[in-house]
Amino acid sequence: MEKLIAGKTVQVNEEGYLTNFNEWNKEIGEALALEAQVALTPKHWELINYIQTEVKNESPLSIRKIGKSGVVDIKDFYALFPNAPLKTATKIAGVPKPASCI
Amino acid sequence: MSEYNGEIRKMMIILSKASIENVYAAFVLANGARMEGIEAEMFFTFFGLEAVHNKKLDHLHVATVGNPAMHMPTMLGGLPGMEALATSMMKKEMEKLDMPEVREFLEILKASGVKLWACKLAMEMFHYEKADMFPELDGVLTVGDFYKQATGIGAHMLFI
Repeated sequence: MEKLIAGKTVQVNEEGYLTNFNEWNKEIGEALALEAQVALTPKHWELINYIQTEVKNESPLSIRKIGKSGVVDIKDFYALFPNAPLKTATKIAGVPKPASCI
Repeated sequence: MSEYNGEIRKMMIILSKASIENVYAAFVLANGARMEGIEAEMFFTFFGLEAVHNKKLDHLHVATVGNPAMHMPTMLGGLPGMEALATSMMKKEMEKLDMPEVREFLEILKASGVKLWACKLAMEMFHYEKADMFPELDGVLTVGDFYKQATGIGAHMLFI
């Protein structure tokens, strides 16, 4: 389906995840963060960049992996995105929701 | 379906067994709750205490006897070394799935905000002290105290 985010019409799935990463830009990331009630700091952006790079390299994401990313530890990850961190961070980053149970 | 539309807000998971498949099931459920933004607390009772006993938690095993899903004759499962073999095979498979070892998993749970409680009665039965346990254990509770922790709308309790 289509959604107007930050003045741009993009394709999203029923959960609001962008289906085409090429449509993502920083303004869209900021608008999605606002929707998720997350105030983005440089640390958030560092993590978003990390997530986008991992997804680009087709490397599966998990909480454990984020903890070993060198960007944040797991405690910090939950502090940055208090509500469902992996789901929220990937949505803001414009990448698919990870199908991970760990 | 009036409470938050039936949404789960908090999972209270009781672990009463220490065979590794049960421990992992409980840990994955607790961690999975946090990943969804659901609160989670765990209560370790009876043999489940081994999963938070500092000297034992690194040496948990798969049960090869009395476990029909192993598809192994009970007598074979009882042979020396069989549990160790099945355990190491299972651990290899789990590592492939990015599943951490028990200790690292406990650390992940704590970092994710899961509360870990030991059952007072079982602690006394096994003559364990708080000092014997995983250092980040939140405390030792009675059943009544644990029920109190579950207070609130959308709390669910699960026994493993």
